[in-house]
Order: sequence, then structure tokens, then C-alpha cells
Amino acid sequence: MSACYKTPLRSSIRAQRVFPSTILRTVLRRSVASKPVYEGHIPLNALENAFLAVGSAVMSLADPRRGDMIAALGETTAGPALPRLRDLMLENAEGRQILKDRPRVNSHTVDMDALARLPEGTFGRAYVTWLERCGVTPDTREPVHYIDDPELAYVMQRYRECHDFYHCICNLPVNVSSELALKFFEFVNLGLPVAGISAAFGHLRLSWPQRQRLFAEYVPWALKCGSSARSMITVYWEKRWEQSVQEMKKELGIWDPPEAKWPKALSEAKAAAAKRAAVPSHGESQSHVV
Amino acid sequence: MVRNVFDSVASKYDLMNDAMSLGIHRLWKDDFVSSLKPGRRGPMKCIDVAGGTGDIALRILDYARETYADRETSVAVVDINGQMLKEGYRRFKKTMYHNTPQVSFHEGNAQELSKETFPDNTFDLYTIAFGIRNCTSIPMVLQEAHRVLKPGGTFACLEFSKVTNPLLGSLYDQYSFSVIPLLGTILAGDRESYQYLVESIRRFPSQPEFARMIQDAGFSTGGLFEGKGGAWRDLWGGVACIHTGVKL
Repeated sequence: MSACYKTPLRSSIRAQRVFPSTILRTVLRRSVASKPVYEGHIPLNALENAFLAVGSAVMSLADPRRGDMIAALGETTAGPALPRLRDLMLENAEGRQILKDRPRVNSHTVDMDALARLPEGTFGRAYVTWLERCGVTPDTREPVHYIDDPELAYVMQRYRECHDFYHCICNLPVNVSSELALKFFEFVNLGLPVAGISAAFGHLRLSWPQRQRLFAEYVPWALKCGSSARSMITVYWEKRWEQSVQEMKKELGIWDPPEAKWPKALSEAKAAAAKRAAVPSHGESQSHVV
Repeated sequence: MVRNVFDSVASKYDLMNDAMSLGIHRLWKDDFVSSLKPGRRGPMKCIDVAGGTGDIALRILDYARETYADRETSVAVVDINGQMLKEGYRRFKKTMYHNTPQVSFHEGNAQELSKETFPDNTFDLYTIAFGIRNCTSIPMVLQEAHRVLKPGGTFACLEFSKVTNPLLGSLYDQYSFSVIPLLGTILAGDRESYQYLVESIRRFPSQPEFARMIQDAGFSTGGLFEGKGGAWRDLWGGVACIHTGVKL
């Protein structure tokens, strides 16, 4: 079962050798904006891209609730990281299947009620429990606008939509400290610059005790676990709903971080899930309401 | 469609204006109002159309008060968009004109002003700043302006216009099409509205064309040239422009 996947760190070192000439080539090629190639595509030339990168960085720090700005920052600073991730996906069978199917994650494509009925200990059940505990849905992800290649745009979209799966498998809630811990994890695991930028600046908004806890406990976990785990972008989460969470963590090389503060206790979430499982027909009609 | 655009830009309107024009719009509006000298020949009844957030109305009242000690001049602020008027009302609440007869707010269409609220031959001064390019039918707006003005009353329009200098023009184009939609994305989370604003500027008639339209509506203007004695005056090379006319 353990195929040979290049670890993320080794690949990023290879990428760094081509980094300077890639930038020069990109800037020369992108002096004029191209035409839109997918829905929502907003082509930018190199200057506009730089302007938006700086502007979205400032705005993300000033108002962290602007999810669209963090998304824009990710897209404008992606650079060679996205082609590298796409190549990682192409190198393994599961990743290739994802690129072929291009699955999307939202409440229409994921049947929440079916997942809630799965046995305890499966990934699908754990995901629904996690959503319940944190009070979030998979529907709030900004679509990709500023990536010119449609396949790379999909890789970016996939990264954004799988973020909640990373939360779930790493057993982290959605508070600021946990999000930052996950950004450190994502940065060493996937190599996306925006994860590094968020990690480097996001902690400025924390209080001193929170920051100390972050760097003393979560960051070492994130760096160790993220760099040794398999690249998260190559995991076809939707095909693993029935897989046991423990088995999955062993396969991917992930272990739990220090215990975090959850908004809702596990028992509350379990009770809500049980109530939903007990009324399947009502739940069925609910999932089709737009 | 215009109403929807301004619903979404209303709350950030003043911030966006400052960011997009780097504060220069304030200089343009100061120039516009001081060149009109409101209150010079006694108290005036003014109507400021598409004046939602109250920039021009406030300047008119302040100018009359500070230069001529005039507290009788009044401005009726008219706008098609309720959100913009609300912003204007909020701004005026911070001034001494709130709850006085000097300012009033009306929701209405510049192309069809209500005949009860705005009867014929009522006003001494009609101003419209950065609003006329958003109207579907400029001739209808000009006709209404002609209707509500008294004979001898002044029509004044401040608007973005065509830049004649090619170097300035290409820099301005680059700025408009690249920077402004991105500023809209970053500051207001809304690219489309600001893309619309930039395109509406490009669609607006050139200075001589617009001056001719003002003449066609029955106003007497200066000659069809720029500057002293002319029908218009360019600001910053034509980026903005002040057109004036008098109802005979």
C-alpha cells in the first residue's frame, strides 16, 4: 500500500533551482493580460498581479474576515507552487484520478446525511461530526479568479475546498490558533506561499499567551507532521468516506496535535448527528433544498 | 442597473473616491463650487442632482456661509438611490445644517423630477457632479434641468471627460482599466461595480459634443472651445471637466 511518493520538501528544493528564470519568463510573458478561459477567470498582467498581491496582503491583515482577499493573496502569490502540486498529483494514481474527475466539495456534491449514517470511526462520519462541532459548511469557499491555466485553477480550487478535510484529519477546530497551526502544516506539506505568508503574519493578531502556545506546541507538531506526511493534495478524500480514520492517519503519516479548544463539545455534536440519522426522509428533503 | 451598482458602492463611496483619485476629487469639487460663487447675488435656491452623499451640497452651503455670511441659501439633494441619500443624510447630521431648511433630501430620477416637489422655474442653480454619465438619457436630464431652473439660472456639470493629451491619455487609460477595478476588489470586494464606473466614463460624450447637447436643451453657453469664454473648462488635462450654461 505504501507507494513511493516524493516528500514535499525534496520537491520544493528541486523547484527552487528553476525559480529565478521562471519568474523572469513569467513576467515577460505576462506583460499583457490574456482572455478569460473559464467562468470567473479575471486575467491579470504581471503589474496588476503584483498590485493585487500587495493590496490583498495588506487587506487580509487589516480585516481577516475578508475571505476573498486571502483567496486573492493565495492566487497572486502561487507562482511555481501550483505546477509543482499538479506534477505531484500526476505522479501518483490517486492524484491522477482527482485531476481526471475534478471533484468539487460543497453541500450539493457531498451527501451529508449519508455520511452521518456511516459507522463511528469512519472518515465520513468524522467529517460530518467535525462540521457540526465547528458550526461550518463546505459552501463558503471563494471561486478561483486569477490563475490563468484552467488545470492549475482547479488545483487551487481543490486545495481551498480540501482545507476542511485537513482540519478534520488533523483534529483541529476553526479558531485562529488552530488555523495558524494548519497554515504551518500546509506550508511544509504543500509549499504554497500564501500558507507561509499567513503563518508568518497571522500570529500578530494573537495575544501573547496564545502565541506562546502556538509556537511552543502547535508549530513543532505542524512542521514535523506536515513535512513527513504524504502530500495532502494527492488524497482523493471523497473515495475514502468509509475508511477508518486511524487507518487513514497511519497511511498518510499524520498524528494528532496537542488538544485544542472546540466551540461545541463532542457529545453535543454526536447527539445532533444521531438525531439527524434517526429521521432519514426529513433529512433527504433537506439536502435538496437550495 | 445603476441603482444596484450604487446600492453596493454606497457605504464605501467616499473611501473609494479618495482611493481612486488619490484625494484629487476633493480639489475638483472645491474648484467647481468656488467657480460658481453661490450666494454672491443673495440667497439662492439650489438643486444638486445625483448628489447622494452630499459632497457638493455641503460645499455650496459652506461657501455661501463663509464668503457671504449667507444662511438662507438652500440645497435640495436629489438622488435615485436611497442608500446614497442615507449616507448624505448621515454626513449632514454631523454639520450645522441638519434639521434646518437649508438642506433637504429627495429620492428621485434626474430624467423625471416630480412636478409637485420641483415645479417649473424654481431654482437659481442646478448642479450635477459625477452623476450625469450614469443617466440613461442625457437629453432628458438636460430638459428637466432646463424646466426647474428660473430664467437666468445656472446649469453646472462636473464630470469625467476625454483627455486630449495622448501621453496623459494612455497613462490615464492604464490606470483606469488596471488599478481602479483592483482597488474596487481590494477595498470594497466588488470588481464589477468599479469596472462599470470606468466603462461609463469612456462612454460619455466628448467636451464639444456635450456642450452642444447643453445648447440643444435651451441653455446659452460660451463658445464651443475650452477655457475663458468657452462652454467648458478642463481640469487636469480633461480627466474632469466643468460645463456651464444659463437658462435664457
